[in-house]
Amino acid sequence: MPKTLYQKVWEKHSVARLENGQTQLFIGAHLLHEVTSPQAFALLREMGRNVAYPERTFAVCDHIIPTGLIKRPLKDDLAEEMLCALENNTRKENITFFSPDKSYGVIHIVMPEHGIIRPGMTIACGDSHTATHGAFGAVAFGIGTSQVRDVLATQTVGVSPLKTRRILINGNLSKGVAAKDVILKVISVLGVNGGIGYAYEFDGPVIRSMSMEERMTICNMAIEGGARVGYINPDETTFAYLKGLPYSPQGDEWHKQLTYWKSIATDSGAEFDDEVTFDVTELKPIVTWGITPAMALPVDGKIPIPESALEKEAVEYMKVKPGASVLGTKIDVVFIGSCTNGRIEDLRAAAAVVNGRRIAPNIRTLVVPGSVQVKNMAEKEGLDRVFKEAGFDWREPGCSMCLAMNDDKLKGDELSVSTSNRNFKGRQGSATGRTALASPVTAAASALEGAIADPRKYI
Amino acid sequence: MGPVKTVAGRGLPLIIDDIDTDRIVPARFLRCVTFDGIGKFAFYDERYYSDGTPKNFPMNEPVYEGASVILAGKNFGCGSSREHAPQSLRRAGFNAVIAESFAEIFFGNSLTIGLVCATMPGSAIAEISNGLKENTESEIILSVDACTVEFRGKKYPFRIPETARNALINGSYDLLAELLRNNKKVTEAAKMLPY
Repeated sequence: MPKTLYQKVWEKHSVARLENGQTQLFIGAHLLHEVTSPQAFALLREMGRNVAYPERTFAVCDHIIPTGLIKRPLKDDLAEEMLCALENNTRKENITFFSPDKSYGVIHIVMPEHGIIRPGMTIACGDSHTATHGAFGAVAFGIGTSQVRDVLATQTVGVSPLKTRRILINGNLSKGVAAKDVILKVISVLGVNGGIGYAYEFDGPVIRSMSMEERMTICNMAIEGGARVGYINPDETTFAYLKGLPYSPQGDEWHKQLTYWKSIATDSGAEFDDEVTFDVTELKPIVTWGITPAMALPVDGKIPIPESALEKEAVEYMKVKPGASVLGTKIDVVFIGSCTNGRIEDLRAAAAVVNGRRIAPNIRTLVVPGSVQVKNMAEKEGLDRVFKEAGFDWREPGCSMCLAMNDDKLKGDELSVSTSNRNFKGRQGSATGRTALASPVTAAASALEGAIADPRKYI
Repeated sequence: MGPVKTVAGRGLPLIIDDIDTDRIVPARFLRCVTFDGIGKFAFYDERYYSDGTPKNFPMNEPVYEGASVILAGKNFGCGSSREHAPQSLRRAGFNAVIAESFAEIFFGNSLTIGLVCATMPGSAIAEISNGLKENTESEIILSVDACTVEFRGKKYPFRIPETARNALINGSYDLLAELLRNNKKVTEAAKMLPY
């Protein structure tokens, strides 16, 4: 019987059926960061146990890391304590740690660029954006701290299988319309809870022609649509990306693995529990206007009349007027970065918009490369100069203002155009701060105008 | 952490959809290496202005003081995977959440620490929540065994996945002991993997 990638990977990694009916699933690679792991290590120690598979465990410090120059001890005592905990835990347990003096960055950018994420793997991490790694044809999902403990102790986790929904993206993307716009569109149609209980398989000609960076943007935000898992079948684009990366297999092992990678793609004729098709030919750049990622509009759209209690709350919180145009809304901050849009292609696209231009006066801008590798690549290409000459603040890698656990925060009710993934109330570090999610080119164009702008005129 | 067969307590109505984990516990309070003390940050920015003065929020109303059952809308706990969210609710004295639906990671995290997440239709939640306003002292009684919510003499059915129900009733929601027992099978599975 034809099977989906999800089913095949699930079967390959099933260890046992648990008494409660769930499946004990083996985790091919366990990713750790400083926010959700210290309590798990403490629980492990209380039990007198060690990490079962340290060679399958990889760590990086990204959430609390400053995006200025890093001086130890960190200025924030609590952040320093978290970083120390991760350093000590990984050292004691022989876990690979991409430390802040080496090739660090946002966990969902660092791990793929090293070749740690490959097709047909199961990936778990105490972070909801673990869904990102589905871009490689892996089954990747976020877990809580108790489950981080479970994976540390056993390399397995108890989970129930998801239903599958195929999301076909047909048509052609216009200039200035990005992967981010596609996924925001999908979420705005299916809803932030539309994916509960589902793994999303993204497919169709638009997905097939996307780069790995774009695919990661798509899968990254599956969770914002309620789907814990999002994935894309591996193909030549995937294999070409993986070739030669530090953790990628080499020589004969490459060919052996390649056979496996090809074998796990969804079979033609495989059945899905649901299927949804989008044609994105007419799609325009999207921005969010409210407090969930589904409250999204074409950049030339108008704020809707609120209906639900949540929409009413959103109108009030965002200080927007129903019926008003989004375009031209004055902004205070532009943030380009995060596990959604902090990759080299994102920076290239944004730099192309700002090249030779100046940002508007009186706005704050942060460009935060997703990793040291992204930063080095960008600097080699001169993108840092393009941004700096336009007036942008070029920062060091980290999660930064996506969730503002370091010093990069909104102040008061500042409105930020952000390439990150969540526009929740208070998300960017101020309890009254406001976020409009957008693609890197829309964020760049908005920085030039000091207001929400249509990127298409700059492309 | 023993079996959870019944949960009884007064209700707290938070009838809105998509209550995300950033609302439940803002990210700045995740700068910690233990969950101790995180209870006081539950819904912090919903409860207080930045200068510390209380907002108009149900948790701040004296009539809901000591409530232990949250009533909410759709997609409760959406957003991040932070277990800090259910941990803060638990430590703030909540033992159950009744909602139209739950975000998946939140649901799993809650189950692992025995916080009951019960799904009910919006109409039933609205009925209880309306009743609550008049009768804040009345207890909401969840029977995990019978999958019913009892409020002021009326019983409403709720849904919970069978796996979660079993785990709560048997007290086996913390899976680690069972995962460890299967150690041999894990080793075999690891050997069979093509990578």
